[in-house]
Amino acid sequence: MSSMSLLETVIRRTLIALVLLFFLFPIFWIVLMSFQTNEQILRIPPSLFFKPTISNYTALVSGELVTAVGTLKLTFTQNLWNSAFLSVASVFLALVLGVPAAYAFARFKFRLGEDIAFTLLSFRFAPPLLVLLPLSLYFTDLGLNDTYIGLIWIYQLIALPLILWIVRGYFEDISPDIEHAYRIDGHSWAGSFFKIAIPLALPGIAAAGLLAFIFCWNNFVFALILASADKQPVTVGALAFVTAAGISYGQIAAAIVLSILPTLLLALYAQRYLVEGLSLGAVKG
Amino acid sequence: MNKKILPYLLSLPALIVTVGIIIPFLTSIYYSLERYNLALPYLRGFIWFDNYINLFTSHEFWNTVFISLTYTVATVGIELLIGLGIALLLRVPTRLNNVAAILLLLPLMTAPAIASLMWKLMTNPGFGILSYLVGLVGLTNFRWASSPTTALFTVILVDIWVYTPFIMVLLIAGLRALPKQPFEAAELDGVPRSFVFFRITLPMLMPYIITASLFRMLDSIQQFDVIYAMTQGGPGDSTLAFQVSAYLEFFQYTNVGRSAAILMVLWAITFFISNIFVKNWLKLRERAAVVA
Repeated sequence: MSSMSLLETVIRRTLIALVLLFFLFPIFWIVLMSFQTNEQILRIPPSLFFKPTISNYTALVSGELVTAVGTLKLTFTQNLWNSAFLSVASVFLALVLGVPAAYAFARFKFRLGEDIAFTLLSFRFAPPLLVLLPLSLYFTDLGLNDTYIGLIWIYQLIALPLILWIVRGYFEDISPDIEHAYRIDGHSWAGSFFKIAIPLALPGIAAAGLLAFIFCWNNFVFALILASADKQPVTVGALAFVTAAGISYGQIAAAIVLSILPTLLLALYAQRYLVEGLSLGAVKG
Repeated sequence: MNKKILPYLLSLPALIVTVGIIIPFLTSIYYSLERYNLALPYLRGFIWFDNYINLFTSHEFWNTVFISLTYTVATVGIELLIGLGIALLLRVPTRLNNVAAILLLLPLMTAPAIASLMWKLMTNPGFGILSYLVGLVGLTNFRWASSPTTALFTVILVDIWVYTPFIMVLLIAGLRALPKQPFEAAELDGVPRSFVFFRITLPMLMPYIITASLFRMLDSIQQFDVIYAMTQGGPGDSTLAFQVSAYLEFFQYTNVGRSAAILMVLWAITFFISNIFVKNWLKLRERAAVVA
């Protein structure tokens, strides 16, 4: 746009600055809070200048909170570990289950194929409580109550449709001719799948996996309803801090920072894949 | 390998996991037709559509419908306007614009429940920065999520903070994918920019706008995390949206049947929206195929 005047440039820049202020200020402010003592947080008027402390973080990481009435045990590191384990395992399982299925839907026209694909997609749109509430009644009977396995299985509700639909679109974009040529050369079907199709679709698989990881990490309601106390991820753990006695506001802020840091860093590091995954997931499937 | 069974073999594992998820789903449908209260197990029995009749004649249910619809219309409408505005601002892929677009993704990467927690700290009446700031402009008694008159506004604000970047991402991708010729021709002919926007940009962007809105609508009408983390449906019943209401009905009042009926109504609504969505999406795909 060559016709942009100076005035217009100034207006545009100002608007962008305002937008950035609204969307980034909450993160900035919570990070500041996490380095403050309770006295500094409660000070009025609030101030940008203070002597930072890392005591909130050390309390969370060491798991011991010394208060006037005694020592309190915190399990936040366990929450962090649970989040990491649940997300990684769920995405891994979704890839193992979803990539071959996505390939099947993209390459073969088979009876029931579209029906199965549509059913899987519709999970993305159904209210999760419809599945979670009845499950909560017989999760114990199934022996899944105190396990990671039950949660990883339920996380497929969000991870699997995502992988399936993004990766399927990717496979459809790759011409099957290369695979045909490879197989005419005398290679097996499995050979062409692993040596040709998967490497070519790798950017799509990465984008889908990344997005699925973020969705799993950020999920709240599955674990709120189904997870036992020692299997809860950060989303449930951090929220429990609000009602817990003896926890200071600075520690809640520090817990928030530790909870969102992994996904934020991942997003900044792999933003190209992320944008691709988001737009593919919506526009292509 | 046999070409006929191969696709089934490949999709079978995914299917098995899926069937496991369909079973509780079907159980829910059955519960919605039962008189089933966890506190009164001996009264349990099949009652056909009584739960639904009770719902449709209760004031609480229509309040929930009203709140969910208000929430959905407000969030999707405002997010669409702001998201479109930002996308137009950042349309040209300069370095500055790209950096801004990446930074704006961060709220979307925040867990919605945690986002509510962040806003809860910022709107705390004692030390919250936002309470302090609105106090400076004279709103000294603005109580955000703790007052029934402003609680819905507060959760809508958090939703806007988290999800506007989603619309932004889709619309930036859409704007940058538009063919250049119509815009160049319009510029050569000296067509006014408002005309270009309403007659060229907006119609060409429409498929993206519709897709993004439908996606957001499906999420908004089912919103649980943001609302539950901020208000748990309160104060009173001022933020009692569909899923929050079903959750409380189940865990607080142990009324499994009624809770399932609420969710079935919600499911019917989302099914309706997602059908429109799929049709629109198929159209968009065809168009994309033609362009490619």
